[in-house]
Amino acid sequence: MVDSNVIAVRDLHTRFGSTVVHDGVSFAVRHGEVFALVGASGCGKSTLLREMIVLQAPVSGSIRVFGQEVTGLDDNEALALRRRWGVMFERGALFSALTVTENVATVLEEHTALSAVLRTQLAAVKIALTGLPPDAGPKYPNELSGGMRKRAALARALALDPELLFLDEPTAGLDPLSASGIDELVRHLRDALGLTIMMVTHDLDLLWRTADRVAVLGDGHILGVGTMPELAKSEHPLVREYFYGPRGRGAREQAWKQK
Amino acid sequence: MLPSAFAQPVSADILRGEAPSQLRCQGAWITRMLAPLEERIESLIATVGEDVRIDASALTAFDTSGAWLLHRTVLALRARGRTVRVEGLRPEFEELLRLVASRAPPAGAGQAPAPSLLTRVGLAAWEGLRQALGLLSFLGEAATVLSRSIREPRRIRWRAILYNMQTAGFEALPITGLLTFLLGVVIAYQGAEQLRRVGANIYIADLVGLSMVRELAPLITAIIVAGRSGSAYAAQIGTMKVTEEIDALRTIGIAPFDLLVLPKVVALAVVLPLLTVYTDMMGILGGMIMARAQLQVSFATFVNRLDQAVSLTSYLVGIGKAPVFAVTIALVGCYQGFCVTGSAESVGRRTTVSVVQSIFLVILSDALFSIAFSWLQLW
Repeated sequence: MVDSNVIAVRDLHTRFGSTVVHDGVSFAVRHGEVFALVGASGCGKSTLLREMIVLQAPVSGSIRVFGQEVTGLDDNEALALRRRWGVMFERGALFSALTVTENVATVLEEHTALSAVLRTQLAAVKIALTGLPPDAGPKYPNELSGGMRKRAALARALALDPELLFLDEPTAGLDPLSASGIDELVRHLRDALGLTIMMVTHDLDLLWRTADRVAVLGDGHILGVGTMPELAKSEHPLVREYFYGPRGRGAREQAWKQK
Repeated sequence: MLPSAFAQPVSADILRGEAPSQLRCQGAWITRMLAPLEERIESLIATVGEDVRIDASALTAFDTSGAWLLHRTVLALRARGRTVRVEGLRPEFEELLRLVASRAPPAGAGQAPAPSLLTRVGLAAWEGLRQALGLLSFLGEAATVLSRSIREPRRIRWRAILYNMQTAGFEALPITGLLTFLLGVVIAYQGAEQLRRVGANIYIADLVGLSMVRELAPLITAIIVAGRSGSAYAAQIGTMKVTEEIDALRTIGIAPFDLLVLPKVVALAVVLPLLTVYTDMMGILGGMIMARAQLQVSFATFVNRLDQAVSLTSYLVGIGKAPVFAVTIALVGCYQGFCVTGSAESVGRRTTVSVVQSIFLVILSDALFSIAFSWLQLW
């Protein structure tokens, strides 16, 4: 039987020394959905993301991406998978010595045999897709604002037209206007390119507006998985605290008004 | 449920159709499959008829890169005055093509023409001039800050000065000592053969003493310190600039120049002459040991002769150069550190430049000293 889930995490355990980060985490991300992982700071969201993209190994458990087990892969073995997904890091992680266009084109140069002209054009298409103006291409990352840098990082993540996109805190550090721009961008890209998106965030507005399903991580476990309205009805105290804190209420009301 | 969802497509292709002006796209037009298509499209465009129809019904997969290539092909055909129709595209692929077409980069985007040789020479010369002027104004700023610090001694950062004296001076003792000792050995060894031939064994003291004290010890010490400390200054200040620590210092009311530059300049100006005194001794010691081994000149005879050979002027001329070298090294290192902009690569480049520039300037000023001393007839 072929697994239809793009990502399947089963009974994952992670420990740093004596600190237990994940104590039996299981969930699955379906094809074509925007899936969000939320939880308080330090609950192990980013660690889980790093384990999914093979930058870090869990103590035990299984993570399958595109039906293939990724735990314990070395860089060589992970390469084929890495070409099929894109990652956007929290602080962008753009190569500071390269222009935005070069940042995107480098990925194409590394993994395809396309001509330099086509690579540059493709980089420009991807930069335009993320909503950056054309004159952002020749700029260096330190000449861009925070929001533009995130978009440039997204353009680089999209360089190889991945089937799966990992976003680490896509709106962190952005003003509300830029953040809502990112909201729309995420949805738009999913609809236009048929991507599966796995994001880690604690931006409640982003969750209400873009996430199809959400998993709440806390105490080392998944406390609940479902759509935002489903989770909002959850009885679990930590989930309630998360969604019914003062900021959670504001975001929920906002979402209701828009509907 | 969907085995094909993760299946890897195998190829992409474009063929001439049944009719002379028909093109058929097939397979997966996705990023990693496109490389062979580029040339084929070029040749097809050149030979295809007037009224082109592109049949895309056999496309199995399509992404933004594939969409761009198709769009580019259509544009290229239109530019040749052909009429083009794309047919049979699946609705979702059609959507994607429209999206990419609407975001198409303007022609020639991102392809700045490579500058000509003359432009590059001009730019490099201008950059060199700018650097020289920048260094000069940096020197001026350092002098202003120094004079202000002397008027207001409480602004002087004694701790930072002492710390820099330790790292740039005391911790450099082993390496500078070892290298000048070996240098003394080498000079005595090379000189011994020549002197023995003319029976002038005792002049080994003149050879080693003068060359060490006047030239080699100050120069070698300065070069080692430039490599050790000058680079460290550039890297430290450069990294602080990237992480905005320099701006943070300014906002809490600490002048970066007071804390980062002046202590380094002062510490090095004190420490480099002292290091030179020490390396003078180590170099002569190396020569002395070699003289006894090769030329049977005893330590007592050597020291006796040294006293006559090396005048106090010669000794002071050597040591007097050291503070100038020190200020050069410290200023170049700090200046290059402040020149860092944004990127990690820039830190590396500026560090390299700082070492090359400070060694260059040290040797250049040494040459100028030689000319000046010969005019002044300081022997």
